[in-house]
Amino acid sequence: MSLRDNPLGELKVPLTWAAAIALIVAVVAATAILLSDRRETFKAEAYGVSRKASDTVLAPVGDFLATPGRWIGGGFDTVRDYFGAASENADLKTELKEMRQWRDVAIALRDENARYRTLLGLKTDPPIPMVAARVVTDSHGPFADTRLANAGRERGVKVGNPVMSENGLVGRVIGVTDGASRVLLLTDIASRTPVRIDRTNARAILTGDGGPNPRLDYLRGRDPIREGDRLLTSGDGGVVPRGLPVGTAVRGLDGRWRVVLASDRAPIDFVRILLFEDFTQVVNLKQLSQAPTPPPTPGPGMPKLPGTEPADAASAPSPAGAPVKPPAGAAAPVVAKSAAPQSKPSADKKPPDGPKAGAPKAASAKPDATPPAVKSGAKTPATKADGAAKPPARPKPKTPPAAGGDG
Amino acid sequence: MSAARGLQPWRWLGVPMLQAVVATILFGIPLRAFGWQLPQPIFPMALAFAWAVIRPSILAPFAILILGLLLDVYWGGPLGLWALCLLIAYGVALSGRSMMAGQSQAILWAWYGLTTATAMVAGYLFVMLDSRSSPGIVPMLWQFVATIVLYPFAQRLIDLFEDADVRFR
Repeated sequence: MSLRDNPLGELKVPLTWAAAIALIVAVVAATAILLSDRRETFKAEAYGVSRKASDTVLAPVGDFLATPGRWIGGGFDTVRDYFGAASENADLKTELKEMRQWRDVAIALRDENARYRTLLGLKTDPPIPMVAARVVTDSHGPFADTRLANAGRERGVKVGNPVMSENGLVGRVIGVTDGASRVLLLTDIASRTPVRIDRTNARAILTGDGGPNPRLDYLRGRDPIREGDRLLTSGDGGVVPRGLPVGTAVRGLDGRWRVVLASDRAPIDFVRILLFEDFTQVVNLKQLSQAPTPPPTPGPGMPKLPGTEPADAASAPSPAGAPVKPPAGAAAPVVAKSAAPQSKPSADKKPPDGPKAGAPKAASAKPDATPPAVKSGAKTPATKADGAAKPPARPKPKTPPAAGGDG
Repeated sequence: MSAARGLQPWRWLGVPMLQAVVATILFGIPLRAFGWQLPQPIFPMALAFAWAVIRPSILAPFAILILGLLLDVYWGGPLGLWALCLLIAYGVALSGRSMMAGQSQAILWAWYGLTTATAMVAGYLFVMLDSRSSPGIVPMLWQFVATIVLYPFAQRLIDLFEDADVRFR
């Protein structure tokens, strides 16, 4: 009797059906997991427990495995440096000659900038603290481009923190656990970064597509970009500081504008995680939403409500329409954190340091007192309202809300 | 006699699974020399194809699900993406199993290419729906090429275990 005639052969049919059912169950499970995944939200709580646990385990394992890789890479670099030393020396000499000229220009500009800042009383952004980390794993497929860095929550890293190499922006943190952070690269399909073209100040959104050169979307204006233009972060939206180097513009094979990333100039083995707090992290949204509604503005013939006596200049109707005093929170939300909306402001109180200084006080301060926002140069609705009667003595420089890197 | 024994799951599922995980981790090391990075092939694709050709199984789809989830967690992509794509590849190979029986190695390689392409096209569509943006075609082609050159590993697994279970001869 051959094995094909064996009664055990009958097991084949039910097993095929059972395998098909198992496949369907597995597909349903995978679909449910995929639909419930919220990676693209980039919220701290969306980075699930499974990912945190795996990152915690993978960071030391990847670090250990990457050590021979670093040695091999270092060996290749040594060989390349040895054979290219003469030509590199000539290039560096030429570059040094140019850089000496630039150094003189830079020193002159630095002094001039310092003088202007003193004259204008401009509040520049505080320096951003940063954390150095080593990249321990790397994925660069078409559907995911992330890296694992060996610095995590214990060193103050938070979701959203920008990550840089020595050459330029690399990406931002999308998940943090103890001892590791997951970095979403600029090339990832889910990455969107607001950038500006240095030459024209035109804005665009850098969109990753899994390839080495992300594309520029939403470019506007006439001739906003040329081949070789330098791109920097624009700081729009407050997620990434303004002025971090991103790369240079090139025309892709598909005819779209793409970017050769500055961070690609060298292997990304060490990175700097900028502990940058964006606007949404600083603001107290809960307190902001609880801000009291402003009292109604009394018209010319209407009786005055008790407790709503308008102060002379601020509430005086103007021909262009009465400037309504905005609510305390709406004027400059950042201040809502430090000042209670109902608290009595004092005109002689010193404004706190930093770009968001003084704005809340200005909203609820006595209208006849000079608002601190004017002193610090910040542009808030409160200063506009007051300005209708009492224009500021000097022009107000516009400062971006999340200005940072380029000084 | 070993040929008469039933096929032990750890031999044809467990050990290759472990090998694929180790290979994936090793190819995820940030090594770059002369401006080139390591390729990033989908090692579990070879298993998904070989397991479907070797025999229908209840455990194999769940092993593929686990491998896919590990891949997603390790690569930091959307959780469930590669799990679903690999299961689709397994389903395609399983449905074409009777057509692949007795075919030459070149034809099987073509089938492997077809299942890989199906999985990657599915991944392209899922990612496009998820991120509302089209992934680049060139990086997909690179990963496709890096994956189909893994066919000899799938063939070796098929040769080792296709006739190992007497009930499936």
